[in-house]
Amino acid sequence: MNNTHAALMVLVIGLVTVGIRFLPFLIFGGKRKTPELITYLGTVLPYAIMGMLVVYCLRNTSFSGSSHGIPEIVSCILVVALHLWKRNTLISIVGGTVCYMFLVQAIF
Amino acid sequence: MLKKSEFRKAFVDTIPVMTGYIVLGMGFGLVLDAKGYGIIWAFVMSAWIYAGSMQYLAVDLMAGGASLLTAAITTLMVNARHLFYGISMIDKYKHVGKKKPYLIFALTDETYSLVCSEHAGEGMNDRSNYFFLVSLLNQCYWVLGSVLGSALGAAMTINTEGVDFALTALFVTVFVEQWLSTKDHRPAIIGAGSSIACILIFGSGNFLIPAMLVITAALTLLRPLKKEGVHE
Repeated sequence: MNNTHAALMVLVIGLVTVGIRFLPFLIFGGKRKTPELITYLGTVLPYAIMGMLVVYCLRNTSFSGSSHGIPEIVSCILVVALHLWKRNTLISIVGGTVCYMFLVQAIF
Repeated sequence: MLKKSEFRKAFVDTIPVMTGYIVLGMGFGLVLDAKGYGIIWAFVMSAWIYAGSMQYLAVDLMAGGASLLTAAITTLMVNARHLFYGISMIDKYKHVGKKKPYLIFALTDETYSLVCSEHAGEGMNDRSNYFFLVSLLNQCYWVLGSVLGSALGAAMTINTEGVDFALTALFVTVFVEQWLSTKDHRPAIIGAGSSIACILIFGSGNFLIPAMLVITAALTLLRPLKKEGVHE
């Protein structure tokens, strides 16, 4: 673990995040109208990005390994089921995480 | 001047965010501690980066020794959605004076969800006070949760293996929530589908950038279909 590198990384991630948050105000803060393509992407990107992030989180799931990806599959199904049932983000997250921790620690 | 009644109104409105941020913040602190980064890291990252999902990913990037360029590009892609929050707050934040830089800095998903409403801060002499209090309180919850989680991870020898699934669960939850909120599921399918395809082609370590390009291209191509018969 290289702490200098990690600290630089925190700095960079923060700078990019701040930059993204300020950019619209710098570009469109005047009287110019926001281009339609940007407005359109603003409405559809969130859906696609969330799909991408789910896949990103599961990218290292090994279906050929000893657990065959069962903890991931079962826990994700539980999160979806809990959420469809209660529509409560906290219950869904805590339920799925506890289930996953139990499966990887106690069973697989 | 901030008034007591203004503080109370802002506090009550942020209670849902408080519960969410403290729990997710604690998850972040625990994951961070499990990877060997202590309480100072939790505090600095939550105060300076202040972007939930990106901080979880940052732990992975830090522990995995990713390059600074990879970190910058990943941040760009994961946080790109914030561009659109900014675009919709340009008018509201036009006359907030000296508070403006902080308000923009602290514009997270949850804060946006509170300040974007037309009625946000109604009944106050100065709406900018409301925006400011909501933004500041939310960040306090987030920092507090992160520090608590980190302290908890350090104090207890609980087996935290698998606690990082909290992030996966968060994204799955938001994905389901978004899926239920629209009839057009093509963006969601394009997002997940392109990502899986890019993992198969480029491997799990290098798929984010190609996936983002494919997604942007596919959504741009999809655009005329959404506006059938409309000539611009």
